[in-house]
Amino acid sequence: MQYNSSPGRKVFVALNYTFLALLSFLCLFPIIHVLAISLSSSGAAAAGLVNLWPVDYTIGSYKYALSKPEFLQSFVVTIKRVILGTSINMLLTILIAYPLSKESSVFRWRTFYVWFFVLTILFHGGLIPWYLTIRATGLIDTIWALILPAAVPVFNVILLLNFFRGLPKELEDAAFIDGAGHWTLLWKIFVPLSTPALATIALFTMVGHWNAWFDGLILMNSPKNYPLQSYLQTIVIQRDFSTLTEQDLMVLQEVSDRTFKAAQIFLAALPILMIYPFLQRYFVKGIVLGSVKG
Amino acid sequence: MNMTRAVARRKQAVRARRKWADQLPLHLMILPGLILVLIYSYGPMFGLSIAFQRFIPARGILGSEWVGLRNFAFVMSLPDTYEVLWNTVFIASMKVVAGLIVPVTIAILLNEIRKERVKRTFQTLIYLPHFLSWVILGGILIDILSPSYGIVNGFLGLFRIQPIYFLGDNDWFPFVLVVSDTWKEFGFNTIVYLAALTSIDPLLYEAAEVDGAGRLRQTWHITLPGMRPIIVLLTTLSLGNILNAGFDQVFTLYSPQVYESGDIIDTFVYRMGLIDAQYSFAAAVGLLRSVVSFIFISVAYILAHRFANYRIF
Repeated sequence: MQYNSSPGRKVFVALNYTFLALLSFLCLFPIIHVLAISLSSSGAAAAGLVNLWPVDYTIGSYKYALSKPEFLQSFVVTIKRVILGTSINMLLTILIAYPLSKESSVFRWRTFYVWFFVLTILFHGGLIPWYLTIRATGLIDTIWALILPAAVPVFNVILLLNFFRGLPKELEDAAFIDGAGHWTLLWKIFVPLSTPALATIALFTMVGHWNAWFDGLILMNSPKNYPLQSYLQTIVIQRDFSTLTEQDLMVLQEVSDRTFKAAQIFLAALPILMIYPFLQRYFVKGIVLGSVKG
Repeated sequence: MNMTRAVARRKQAVRARRKWADQLPLHLMILPGLILVLIYSYGPMFGLSIAFQRFIPARGILGSEWVGLRNFAFVMSLPDTYEVLWNTVFIASMKVVAGLIVPVTIAILLNEIRKERVKRTFQTLIYLPHFLSWVILGGILIDILSPSYGIVNGFLGLFRIQPIYFLGDNDWFPFVLVVSDTWKEFGFNTIVYLAALTSIDPLLYEAAEVDGAGRLRQTWHITLPGMRPIIVLLTTLSLGNILNAGFDQVFTLYSPQVYESGDIIDTFVYRMGLIDAQYSFAAAVGLLRSVVSFIFISVAYILAHRFANYRIF
């Protein structure tokens, strides 16, 4: 293709680059800013001297955060949650997607099962009955409360079953003729052939578990069972404004521990920031896979 | 005669049994997930019956008194209900509109960049916020929007603008929600639109070029029509979110000062149910929300199926 490079076009291209660069900067800026604050002395942070670069560089906030038992405890809970939760989510996703990828003529109950699962996307019991159900099954204050209620990610099941349906039918026929059963077919043929899709889904599931906080907040009674993000929510977000005037707030708003909070925010975001550049093509694929499948 | 019929019947029985034996593994695979979904997704649906009760946890669903529609009547009589409903619809629809215009525009602009690496870098940067939780972004926003030390007010101060209490001012709060949500999510949808753009046949542009159409006219007559199916699809599907104003975001950013403009159905239900322990009232509000959402989501899927040939499975 030929591009005309009239002066107008050149101006547009320059403006376009500038605008998009600015926009990208805007998406990154808050994160860099918080990083800079977390590495600055509390005095400099309180005086509003920090922009994009730390002032009075110190890692004191990080030392303090990492020495706090609550922080480490919640970190361990999160790790457990990510590992257990992702494995169970993936296992169930695969196990459900396989039968549902069969034609109704082969698997007579397919339609029933599909609607059984899809209905849960369309209609929810809502927060209160959900909470009461989990309480009734005795999961409150255990790690299982963060895993079992959301053990079947129906949306991922749909993604994977559509992927399975795209695999060549001949493979299946050949395997059956060789005497393989459904289990063999699933684990020896379907799963190995779907590694890219599975990797993408697993990545999103892990990020989801890492980022989840609301369930931890309401399903754990004892703060020592909080996952990291729930713990972070209680220290960074929960502020009781009701008794203070606006004037008080402007002055009082936790000026002293600003750098400490910034450090914890950054630590909680760090794993995602670290894997992001390396796995970004999987992230892109996941988005496209999830939104515009045919 | 009799013999052959008996043989045929037995053959049929064998075939049926084999079919059942064939399908048994398929049922077994589904079973664990089925049980969990039955308990944790269908359980709460039946738990909604407490909306028609004066539910007392110690007595359970079976032992609590049935009160018919009294909870609903009470909910309808609360002025808060209408305020919360309005806030929800207002915030959610503004998010839908912003979430349509911004990504489409950015996708078109990104598409004009011919250097693949530059394009990919921009993409990667703009959808990074999508992968961070609202707790993290909320913490960041609380910091940068603070009236006393926040960098945003510091910047506005350069232009002699008085500090604005973005998260505590009812005039500003809904807009902070919409802008920050768009900031978090626009990169995500930009990728989707961009994927649609790459499927447009380059020959169309060449033909237009030959006919003397400039970039602007090409955008108007080729790019936008090329994106139309996906725009229609995503917009239709977002209809289902009309009562979903974003619990995570509001919950992390709001405070009692901005309930007037920022309290939404989900946060209202949360406070009523889990903080004040008014289980039945909260479940009644939740039930109304679920029913309305169900209607909207179903209509959205039906429309998407009709007009965009979209199937979820």
